[in-house]
Amino acid sequence: MTAPALEVRRVSMRFGGLKALSEFELTLRPGELVGLIGPNGAGKTTAFNALTGVYAPTEGEVLVAGARVDGLKPHQICARGVARTFQNIRLFRELTALDNVRVACHAGAASGFFGAWFQTAHHQGEEARILARAEAYLAVMGLSHRRDEVSRSLPYGEQRRLEIARALATGPKVLCLDEPAAGMNASEKLELMQLIRTIRDRFGLAILVIEHDMRLVMGVSERLLVLDHGVTIAAGTPAEVRADPRVIEAYLGDAYLEERHLPAPASPPEGGGPAAGAGAP
Amino acid sequence: MGRAVSLARSLLPFLVALPFLWALQRWSPPYPTLVLRYVGINIVLAVSLNVVNGFTGQFSLGHAGFMSVGAYATAKTMLALADVQLAFLPEPASDAVLFGFALLVGMAAASVAGLLVGLPSLRLRGDYLAIVTLGFGEIIRSVIQATPPAFLGASLGLSGLPLRTTLIWVGLGAVAVVVMARRLALSTQGRALFAIREDEVAAEAMGVDTTGYKVRAFVISAAFAGLAGGLIAHSVGAIEPTSFDFKRSMEAVVMVVLGGLGSITGSVVAATVLTVGLELLREFQDYRMVAYALMLVVLMLARPQGLFGTAELWDLWRRKRPAASAASAGPPGGAA
Repeated sequence: MTAPALEVRRVSMRFGGLKALSEFELTLRPGELVGLIGPNGAGKTTAFNALTGVYAPTEGEVLVAGARVDGLKPHQICARGVARTFQNIRLFRELTALDNVRVACHAGAASGFFGAWFQTAHHQGEEARILARAEAYLAVMGLSHRRDEVSRSLPYGEQRRLEIARALATGPKVLCLDEPAAGMNASEKLELMQLIRTIRDRFGLAILVIEHDMRLVMGVSERLLVLDHGVTIAAGTPAEVRADPRVIEAYLGDAYLEERHLPAPASPPEGGGPAAGAGAP
Repeated sequence: MGRAVSLARSLLPFLVALPFLWALQRWSPPYPTLVLRYVGINIVLAVSLNVVNGFTGQFSLGHAGFMSVGAYATAKTMLALADVQLAFLPEPASDAVLFGFALLVGMAAASVAGLLVGLPSLRLRGDYLAIVTLGFGEIIRSVIQATPPAFLGASLGLSGLPLRTTLIWVGLGAVAVVVMARRLALSTQGRALFAIREDEVAAEAMGVDTTGYKVRAFVISAAFAGLAGGLIAHSVGAIEPTSFDFKRSMEAVVMVVLGGLGSITGSVVAATVLTVGLELLREFQDYRMVAYALMLVVLMLARPQGLFGTAELWDLWRRKRPAASAASAGPPGGAA
């Protein structure tokens, strides 16, 4: 049996006295689509940050295709095959849609600065490959018509899709989507979830999705993990999770209703989004 | 074959520029030549600073420091080689080769300085980096003043340097820096720098080694600041520590901001306008700096993104993109 695409072993994340995530465990096989849910401040984004290297986990191990990656820098983890999107869109705002994706195709670029200055054949071949790849990923996400537009001027839904295109362009084994449907209406959300499934099938990726909309995530993922106060309180198929009394208490109770009226206020354990992790060790 | 083509492409801009520069050098009267030399040196300075401040979004205020390292290294090399003539070349050619070599030494020394400053300080960002680089510029000046007079001339500086900086050298330097910056901007390496400017966290998450790229941008920028320093040293014939003080760094920053952070042609135009403008204002002596400051205030109020923003002059005639290339791209080659 091959190694799972992503294996997270008892990862904990402590910020001073606060344990934002405790003994988080997860195994993702290629082609699996798993949802990560939980109320605000449950530690979902912290979990993402811990496994993409924005934070180094305080305890535990993260393995990608059988190799340890915890403690590496985010760009190194990206090179090992973990790509992500961000809860609050983080596109390269002043760059075109094409260039946003081309940056992500950069990882394998080996020709270096001198190649660029002297326009070596190697460099030019590489540029051509990157261009073709970037255009193909734009096409997959239905963004070819926006190719030369500055990304900040795209409509919201397309910005979200562009972030996914950019993440895909890094050539990942594991794709982590942090609330990809946030701010979309019901039909847009459904469309996006279909698209995510299509991507999974086409590229054989393991996908981990954080999502607030319970119904939506239950409809689309094979397995769910439920976090509350940094603790995994339930895991299993959507049906199992739905029936779990702890989940109902933690998530579907008052907090759930509140959230629907107050979308996404950044809560302390999640560190106000990835920005807080900018100076990661 | 491919190698020869790429070499030809690399040399083409220089070969095109050379006859023009030679003609200018030959027929231009002394005063315009002098002004043009300063224009060229300021272009080298502004465009190189733009690589760090504009492309990469790292605010550096220590550019004069790298300039002085380049100036002193070039000057010391030239003084050491004063009596040397390459036996297999006629005298003018030998002088040119030696000066070119000395300029390269200056660039190398400045890039080492860039590396030394870049490595520790690029963990900082924004205001903090600005303060550290500002401090570094002052440290270089103080260090030079504190060295034994026999070595770097302490406060008096070095004088009696051969006046080798011609319009041709300056012009080639300006072409080199523009070609360097433009090819960088159009390459995957340059896009990595832009990504760092736009969003460092996202750049890192997309596989860009942000620290490595910032240090490299710093080193490149420092090398060309060193070139500007070497050219100035042998244009004036004398250098002293105060020629490269904070004011000089600020001048470079003003040119970059005025032209538009990230715009190469913006930096070129701003460097030209400011240098020539300051010369034209010489007639008004006392009001010179007032007019200069006023111009900056007005420009920043009217166009806070600088003259060009991030646009380039050459974009104007490169607008037509082949629409076919988007359609012809096949599906991506699987997950790998």
